[in-house]
Amino acid sequence: MEDAGFIVGSYAVALGAIAVYAWRVLARARRATADLPEDAKPWT
Amino acid sequence: MTTPSTGTRATRALGGSALGGVGWLLAFGLGFSPSDRNQAESVRILYVHVPSAWLAYLAFVVTAVASGVYLFSKRHALGWDRLAGASAEVGVLFMGITLVTGMLWGRLTWGVFWEWDARLTTTAFLFVTYIGYLAVRRLGGTHEQRARRSAVIALLAVLEIPLVHWSVRLWRSLHQEATVLRPDGEVKMDGLMLFSLFVGIVAFTLLYVWLVIHRQRTMAAEDALEDRGLDAALAARRAEATTVEVG
Repeated sequence: MEDAGFIVGSYAVALGAIAVYAWRVLARARRATADLPEDAKPWT
Repeated sequence: MTTPSTGTRATRALGGSALGGVGWLLAFGLGFSPSDRNQAESVRILYVHVPSAWLAYLAFVVTAVASGVYLFSKRHALGWDRLAGASAEVGVLFMGITLVTGMLWGRLTWGVFWEWDARLTTTAFLFVTYIGYLAVRRLGGTHEQRARRSAVIALLAVLEIPLVHWSVRLWRSLHQEATVLRPDGEVKMDGLMLFSLFVGIVAFTLLYVWLVIHRQRTMAAEDALEDRGLDAALAARRAEATTVEVG
């Protein structure tokens, strides 16, 4: 069953790393846009 | 009053699709896909390892193209520089995933986590190169100086990708040759395995696009905040100088 640990581990590492990075990007976005007026956010 | 974020209805739909893609990837990668005759169950790592490698390549190519457009266009729009920076950052994430999942796969198939093999070494070198690119982006200076410096590095760094891709042919490598993008055009893979790989590529591509959009918008907001801070500091200094003159 050693294989199962490595296989599930590879999925956990891949998706976990993406989730952590996404969370950090969104937190940073929230901080950066909090003090900006609407005209400085062309995407809104 | 709007909630501070870089999200829109379109990015929320894109994020939902990416999550759906990840669900499909888990179902096919860990469930429906058959085991391999030679590699048995360990072949399942392929569905995260190969898509992450391809997305890293794509991200670095996007970085180079955006850098080229910034550098050679007349307008020198900073949006291209931010796209280059955001794509490189996400590319480094995917390259890191490629290296770690490759090590786990290597342990199962070769018996070791790491070997100083041509493909592994050139991939690690590519990873370090783009970490260097991200470090250069954090050096001081104006936004334009940052953009010009990093654009030149991005255009040089992308030349490593063909070396990484062809390393298995140029040198005798432990790493297997391409199964899908072969020079003879033949695909050496079972139908359901190929579909599972396709699901992985779609899921990771959606994640890549979603992450780059949010990261690029965050960079734009951070640049705008920095400009506003600079403007406020300059105004304060001018006001201070006027007060001294009058006094």
